[in-house]
Amino acid sequence: MKLQLHPLQTEVLFHLGPVPVSNAVVTTWVIIAVLVALSWLATRHAEVRGGWLQSTVEVTVEAIADQVKSVIRADPWPYLPLLGTLFIYIVFANLSGVLPGVVAPTAHIETPAALALIVLFSVQFFGIKEQGLKAYAERYLEPNPLLLPLNLLSQITRSFSMMVRLFGNMMSHEFIIAIILFLAGLFVPVPFMLLGILIGIIQAFIFTVLATVYVGGAVSAT
Amino acid sequence: MTVEMLSIIGAAIAVSVGAIGPAFAEGRAIAAAMEAMARQPEASGTISRTLFVGLAMIETMAIYCLVVALLLLYANPYVH
Repeated sequence: MKLQLHPLQTEVLFHLGPVPVSNAVVTTWVIIAVLVALSWLATRHAEVRGGWLQSTVEVTVEAIADQVKSVIRADPWPYLPLLGTLFIYIVFANLSGVLPGVVAPTAHIETPAALALIVLFSVQFFGIKEQGLKAYAERYLEPNPLLLPLNLLSQITRSFSMMVRLFGNMMSHEFIIAIILFLAGLFVPVPFMLLGILIGIIQAFIFTVLATVYVGGAVSAT
Repeated sequence: MTVEMLSIIGAAIAVSVGAIGPAFAEGRAIAAAMEAMARQPEASGTISRTLFVGLAMIETMAIYCLVVALLLLYANPYVH
């Protein structure tokens, strides 16, 4: 048995024209299809007294809306399509690593990088949309125009740290399971895999809460 | 001492030393949050949400160290 671990390398499954398609991308496609199918099934015949699927989706959306509302202290619904989708997608992506043969897409650095970039640009978009371009741009000159480079840098570093946090947690978890399996044997990693489910959900929660805090900071009047 | 050996030692030092500070910090944060929750159980929702975000911020430092260690081990620019 050879222990082959490489956290920064991606496994290319096939090429779509000139574009290489990796394992994580295919997993993401499957997750997208599952989420679309679930949403379509849940809201196809939406009724006042819905079935179990519709009720589950409603409870989830309401819970996310409550959390977002208590963080940004404003109407959460304009931001819920982004933040709720982020949370649900990251939960599914993190937990997909539990299935045998599937590697969680968030355990490769590309997926967290894409998510962090989405959050970075959405924060600017929401800020400009809510405050107006001039008022939002002036925020970068506060408290002093000298601090403009630092303000820009903080936008980039906090996105970078979101990316590294999600990637580091998910990747290190898979790494630890692989090492324990290599050292100890078949059933020893099971408690760690249970812990991994908890970590996956908490990391999705943290990513969403941080995105919410950044969006709230951009849209709220100082 | 080759570059590979130095990288491995550097990675071990990065993780081990880098875990000390966040461990202390997380312990203090959780202790303070527990105390606050015991005093005001009705505010536990807000406290635990803020606690999670704070823990994530603290933990980022340890994960930076982990990333540096992994870069040293797997993507070292000085090893070919």
